[in-house]
Amino acid sequence: MKPKNPHFFSRIGIAIASFFKIIGNSEFAGGVQALRLAERQGKAAKAAAAAAAKPVAPALKEAAPDGALQLLGLLQREARFIDFIQEDVAAYPDADVGAAARLVHEGCRKVLSDNFSIDPVREEEEGSAITLPEGFDATAVRITGNVVGEPPFNGHLTHRGWRVVETRLPKLSGSHDLQIVAPAEVEL
Amino acid sequence: MSEAKFSIGIDLGTTHCALSYVDITSSDGENVAQEVLPIPQLTAPGSVQSQGLLPSFIYLPHASELAPGDLGLPWTAEQDYAVGEMARSRGAATPIRLVSSAKSWLCHASVDRRADILPHDAPPEVARLSPLEASLRYLKHLRAAWDQAHPEAPFAEQEIVVTIPASFDPAARELSAEAAKAAGCEHMILLEEPQAALYSWIQKSGGNWRKQVQPGDIILVADVGGGTSDFSLIAVLERAGVLELHRVAVGEHILLGGDNMDLALAFAVASKLGAQGIKTDAWQLRALTHACRGAKEALLNDASLSEVPLVIASRGAKLIGGSLRSELTRAELTATLLEGFFPDAAIGDRPQVRGRAGLTQLGLPYAHDAAITRHLAAFLARQVAATADLEGFTGALPEGATFLHPTAVLFNGGVFKSELLAERTLGTINAWLAAEGAPPARPLEGADLDLAVARGGAYYGYVRRGQGVRIRGGTARSYYVAIESVMPAVPGMQPPVQALCLAPFGMEEGSDAALPEQEFGLVVGEAVRFRFFGSSVRRQDQVGTLLDDWEPDELQELAEIQTTLPAEGRADGEVVRVKLHARVTEAGTLELEALPHDGPERWKVEFDARDAGGSEGSAGDAADATA
Repeated sequence: MKPKNPHFFSRIGIAIASFFKIIGNSEFAGGVQALRLAERQGKAAKAAAAAAAKPVAPALKEAAPDGALQLLGLLQREARFIDFIQEDVAAYPDADVGAAARLVHEGCRKVLSDNFSIDPVREEEEGSAITLPEGFDATAVRITGNVVGEPPFNGHLTHRGWRVVETRLPKLSGSHDLQIVAPAEVEL
Repeated sequence: MSEAKFSIGIDLGTTHCALSYVDITSSDGENVAQEVLPIPQLTAPGSVQSQGLLPSFIYLPHASELAPGDLGLPWTAEQDYAVGEMARSRGAATPIRLVSSAKSWLCHASVDRRADILPHDAPPEVARLSPLEASLRYLKHLRAAWDQAHPEAPFAEQEIVVTIPASFDPAARELSAEAAKAAGCEHMILLEEPQAALYSWIQKSGGNWRKQVQPGDIILVADVGGGTSDFSLIAVLERAGVLELHRVAVGEHILLGGDNMDLALAFAVASKLGAQGIKTDAWQLRALTHACRGAKEALLNDASLSEVPLVIASRGAKLIGGSLRSELTRAELTATLLEGFFPDAAIGDRPQVRGRAGLTQLGLPYAHDAAITRHLAAFLARQVAATADLEGFTGALPEGATFLHPTAVLFNGGVFKSELLAERTLGTINAWLAAEGAPPARPLEGADLDLAVARGGAYYGYVRRGQGVRIRGGTARSYYVAIESVMPAVPGMQPPVQALCLAPFGMEEGSDAALPEQEFGLVVGEAVRFRFFGSSVRRQDQVGTLLDDWEPDELQELAEIQTTLPAEGRADGEVVRVKLHARVTEAGTLELEALPHDGPERWKVEFDARDAGGSEGSAGDAADATA
């Protein structure tokens, strides 16, 4: 009887283990190669072979483009963001770029403050000593430098981080075309 | 009908509307549960966002201008116009389709406020709105926003307080009430904005206000908003051990506010650019006005800044090369704002009748003199006797005082967010007081300058149910009708007129004036019009008082009033003797009726009378006094 196929998380484990074994063990690598050859000839599941050859990519979800398009539209409307980035700044003296940057900065700031509430992740002053307990949230805090041993970790806060605590993006009518982040303007 | 659960205060401002509400059932005494309603509105085509303020703008788009669904709101997809933020931003680029300052038009006595006249400079194909209809649309938007947020407590069943400028004439008050009724406000009352600001201050103090004012105090409420300046004086007195507040005087209607200041700064910078050979077009001037507003706020709030750079983006996609650059310096700000709008005026100074014509926009009667301090000087001097007859008032003016001495000042309106401007105003008042040996006036702290009026309105709706202090005062004007003297016609000379008092000063809501002795002969079936006057200083005149002459600034001529006697039961052309009777409704509007001597009928007298046909029949021609 054919053994049951390993489920997703087991497969990640197998793939990672295989990856390092292929790198480190030429005999094992040869075996895998033979298996792959046989698979290709036998038109068997390619995916399993690929999984054996490199780490399995976790199932990445595709971010819905609507929110990104909407934000892009807001940044263009309030801050002329796309105009600014699409222009070749090399051709202009710093004073001109600076003047435009003020406009862009002011507008971006308005978009941020109107649509998001953003708080620092850590309330401590930057530069102050920080102790990270066991089981700290690795998404909210990124450790760098001499990363060895076991938590609690002692270190210094180099960046306070930002956390969006509230999003208030405008609601959209279903029929509005978000691809148009700035309509062409025609003066009559 | 079910009992109102909420008291809703609506600030129907010249540039912004706001809605605040008090939960009556969960409030007790001075513990008031109050909120401000976030108002969903279009911020861009097809995009709806909630904001605390609803900009008072309506945009009337061309049929092909927007995609289907772009004007959809959470409660309707059927609307063919935009209200609020999108209307303002869209209208800036297409002003011929933008309705703005509808409130200023609503109190513009020289136009027909029910006629479709807005946008004022629209081409014929744009379907215009009347100032009344525009106000109605703002109210309807607020109503829909409320009903969506509170489906359990329908708007029409709540207690609604709509705030209006203290300086509104009877016609503008009636139109405001009419718009509110049409928007479905069943229980609606009007409240003067400076009073609302004081109510908000009282509510915020949480009972502490009794320690901050004493009997004998006179509180000046100075309300300078985006489009109008409004002053009121409120006296504090003690009766039977309880503090009472009496509104003793209101100012004239002054079309002057923060928007004029931004425009003046933009003109100053544009002329500086012009001196450098750079011309600004209308679009750039609008962008410049917007940039100046930001720069003004930065300079006013940070005394260490000496200048703020201004950048006006090009309209095209080339942002860096095409931008115009300039700067607003502190010296320019001081010269334009402090010297232009808040000069160090003397108490004897009066607003100049001419000047600053460059700032006026065709149509609205903007103030000729931009100096708010001079308008204030004129107001305080005119009202020097405002408390003379106030029973129980212990404050007294020193001998020879030339103006009423305020002892406390409450600032309201976005302009006074700048401490510099508030300090300048207070400093000027205190210099006037010092010159007459009076102690300086103190500022009343803790006002919420943007939302105080809406909050105060909601609080008033709550306190008038019996909880907490109320400001008394009644009508702030006495009203007169003109009677032409019978004399032989002299070419080129107006026959002299007398003014007959119909409604005395200080009529409380829900009260009737006495019936005057004088009768008028009215022709049945013909519209008859009278000249109509109001006075904010003649406090002693009673119903029936006949004035032969008066000082020019004592009586102000208002829009004419009109009545038509229906022909039912009478022969056309018959002359009927009537008396004119005044009453103030519970809602706070003035009503005039014609009562025939021989019958029980009552005919309404319309404010703001206007000929629909255009034949300019003169008032008083058909009416003659038979005193």
